[in-house]
Formats: sequence, C-alpha cells, structure tokens
Amino acid sequence: MDNNWPLWEVFIRSKSGLHHKHVGSLHAVDAEMAIQNARDVYTRRSEGVSIWVVASSNITASNPENGEALFDPANDKVYRHPTFYNLPDELKHI
Amino acid sequence: MNYKLNYILHLADNALILGHRLSEWCGHGPVLEQDMALTNIALDLVGQSRSLYQLAASIQDEGKTEDDLAYFRDVIDFKNVLLVEQENGDFAQTILRQFLFDAYNFHLYQKLLKSSDKQLSAIAEKSLKEITYHLRWSSEWVIRLGDGTEESNRRINEAIEALWPYAGELFIPATYELEAVKEGLGVDSASLKELWSTEIKNVFDEANLEVPEESWVQKGGKNGIHTEKLGFLLAEMQFLQRAYPGQEW
Repeated sequence: MDNNWPLWEVFIRSKSGLHHKHVGSLHAVDAEMAIQNARDVYTRRSEGVSIWVVASSNITASNPENGEALFDPANDKVYRHPTFYNLPDELKHI
Repeated sequence: MNYKLNYILHLADNALILGHRLSEWCGHGPVLEQDMALTNIALDLVGQSRSLYQLAASIQDEGKTEDDLAYFRDVIDFKNVLLVEQENGDFAQTILRQFLFDAYNFHLYQKLLKSSDKQLSAIAEKSLKEITYHLRWSSEWVIRLGDGTEESNRRINEAIEALWPYAGELFIPATYELEAVKEGLGVDSASLKELWSTEIKNVFDEANLEVPEESWVQKGGKNGIHTEKLGFLLAEMQFLQRAYPGQEW
C-alpha cells in the first residue's frame, strides 16, 4: 500500500506491575495517533492497561551479521546460569 | 408511558443507525488502523443500541425483543436524527458527521447519568466511556483534516457545508423529549446547545475551520420524517430478517 505514514512500535503492559512487552507495529502520523491506533488495533480484547509507542526509526537494532561475535561467546559459559546452587527443599517457585 | 418508550427508542435509533453507517466502512477504511477504528466505533454504537432496545422492549411489554425493534420497524417508526442517517461520503464527511454527533452525544450522556431511570443511567455510564473515546478520535481527525493539506481542508469544508443543516435538529426537542425531561428521565436537548457549540468552536479553531452561521435547519427525524437515505439503509440492514423472519445465528 502506498502509505507514507511513519511506522511505530507498540508496547503493551498487560497488568499493573508487569513490564511493557512489544506486541507489534503500526502506521500513524504522530505519537498521539499512534496511541489511538494502538488502542484500536492491539487492545480490543482487554489486553492491556498501558500503552507505549516508539517511532521505529528511533530503535537501533543489532546487526544479524554480528550475531557470532555478540552471542556465541556466551554459549560455553554455563557457570553464568545459577544452576550450581543446592537449594533447600522448602524453597518453591524457583 | 409512551413518552418513555419513544425517548429510549430515539436514543437507540441514533446509536443503531450511526453504527450501521460506520459498519459500511468495514474493509474500505483508508488505512488498516482507521478501518479498525471505524468498525470498533460501529460495534460500540450497535452495542449501545442493543442495551437501549432491550430496555425499550421491557417498557413496551408486548413480548418483543431487541431484534424486533431493530429489524421489524419501518422508516416512519425510526426516531433517529437526520444527521446520523446521512451517507458516509468521503472520509472527511464520515469524520465530520461523527464529530458533530459525538460532541452532542458526549454531553447528552453525561446528563443522562442523572436520569431518574436507574437502567438508563446505568446504560449511560457504560456508554459514556466509549463515547468519550469516540469524541476524542473524531476531534483529532477534524483537526488533522482541517489543518492538514489543501485537499483535506477542502474536503472537510465540503463536509461542513453538506452536513451543517442537519446539526440544528439535535437541539429541537420532540414532544416525547419534553415529557421525558418533565419526568426526570431525559435531558432537554436544547440545553445542550451551548456546550456543543463550545466543543465545536474549540476544535474548529484548532483546525483552522470557520464555524458556519446559524441557518435553515433540516429536521423531522425525531418524529419519523426522514430523508430518502434511511429507506435504503434499512432495506440493506433489515433484509435478512425480513426475508427469513426469526433467523438466528
């Protein structure tokens, strides 16, 4: 579609206390309209209590080509996961 | 009791007919996001009309349902204002029709919160949250179109010229409205004119639009005297129930 409206990324907080999660994107001419559009497109089924919109152009993304350098070094460092502690049986939900 | 039934039907018909008009945009919106906004508002309005028709059916007490009231009445029985039955036209015309109506409806429903009828005030409370959003949405768009491009400004001005004569009817109370006011059930629509005018003026000022002079007013809808457009709308909306009475999902 021929549409020159800028793209916005939409973040919804589903409940107080939880953090905002990226849910998708949409087109709008400015932030105010982006919020209204987000309300109509992404919260029709009571998905949220708060909306953030960010102009997609303001997002800096990592380059997939740098993936090896960025992420692979973490692969063999299992000690970074807290899996070596012995937890008392009384502790639940961990 | 008759005034009460007529008053509720008037409110219900306004919501249903405008809701149906907006539903005609489904799949035709200028962009996906606005297609959804238009149809969301359509659903809000149809939902409001359902609550009101249910209330009307219980007042009528003839064993009729909300569907009977929506699908088995003729043009002359409908009590909606002429404004809401006007055709969608272009996007600007749809927006302006919505804005002129929302600005009225918002103040009307705020006052209906104090209705002597508990059910009506409960419906008003629920509807008002939706109407508040409708007004915000349509105001934003009037500002954008008026203060947008040369073309959008021309189109919204054409919409004002086409629809302005239908706005005045909102503030000319029908007999059943006056009786409803007397009984504490309804709101004197004439008393809303000042609030409405301020709302319109503020938005038009921001949109670089001129508020037209008071002039001749098209009226009659509240008493069942409609423009030819309502007949076509009902023919489409009521077709299924008329052709296959009692059909259900």
